Amino acid sequence: MHELSLMSNLLEHAVAAADGAPICAMRVRVGPLSGVVIDALRFAFEALAPGTPAEGARLDIEETAPLLHCPRCGADYATPVGFYECPSCGAADGELRGGNELELASIEVPDHV
Amino acid sequence: MCDTCGCGDPHAHDHSHPHDHSHGPSHDHGHPPPVRTLPVQKSALELNQRLADQNRGWFRAKGLTVYNLLSSPGSGKTTLLERTLREMPRAAAIVGDLQTENDAVRLRASGAQAIQITTGATCHLDAHMVAHALEKLDADGLKTLFIENVGNLVCPASYDLGENRRVVLLSVTEGEDKPLKYPVIFRNADLVLITKIDLADAVGFDREKALAAIRQTAPKAQILELSAKTGTGFDAWTAWLAG
Repeated sequence: MHELSLMSNLLEHAVAAADGAPICAMRVRVGPLSGVVIDALRFAFEALAPGTPAEGARLDIEETAPLLHCPRCGADYATPVGFYECPSCGAADGELRGGNELELASIEVPDHV
Repeated sequence: MCDTCGCGDPHAHDHSHPHDHSHGPSHDHGHPPPVRTLPVQKSALELNQRLADQNRGWFRAKGLTVYNLLSSPGSGKTTLLERTLREMPRAAAIVGDLQTENDAVRLRASGAQAIQITTGATCHLDAHMVAHALEKLDADGLKTLFIENVGNLVCPASYDLGENRRVVLLSVTEGEDKPLKYPVIFRNADLVLITKIDLADAVGFDREKALAAIRQTAPKAQILELSAKTGTGFDAWTAWLAG
């Protein structure tokens, strides 16, 4: 359940970015290689948001895919977790270029603030 | 106040600040109020990453090579370290568990320094906990530091501790397809150690199946097989550490 402490960090980022404004929505980007469970992240949000400026806010979660770059043939490819072979040349040592993120992409605040 | 992160030690992270800007039940009044989007682009692990980088700088300044040992509970991390610390001069260990000093006591019997981190209910070590453990470490003359993470194949994968190398253990008693079930932690392994190979026959361990699962999920990792109990394969492990 490390999702609780990670959501707590995301909420701190959101509150700092809102700078006193109430938060209407948080957009969180989660990669499958981040090691977090999205349901647990949502649960953590429900548990932690009350009493903060994000109380009642919408939590939008954008799931990304592992993105790899093949150092041998130069191909960039998306792949499921656990399958990393380059579809072009079969090399298995692709460099990870995405899919391990767990970040607060943006927040929405009321326009009049 | 601790000098790594500015926290009060003991860990009183009470960042309380009044949230008294009441915004009432205005989220459901038919037409949504106009909103604007503020980009943030900040990682949930930003603080951990900063502290991990500090740890890395400290390790470099002390001339230490640091290994983060990860596995499920009971796959032999402590037994591996008991033997490694007996055989390897100028090495020490930091060991994480939810409760008890048992593992540090076991490891100190080797004559090496061993510092226990008890995490309470936390399922992983993070860079902050390690930074505080380092305050208790006498690094003079040390060359190698092992960090035995909390036994867990999920959460520790997310936390950089500042280590040089990640070692993931898989014991023959666990099932050959474990890398396929927990692919994230295997993905970043530099070395996968198959442990308890003295029990392989007794449990009907399918070596080829395990190797295939490791290669698929940890394409960059080296793979070694050993028994810390009998010493089989141990030379290759110490050679890898020396290399």
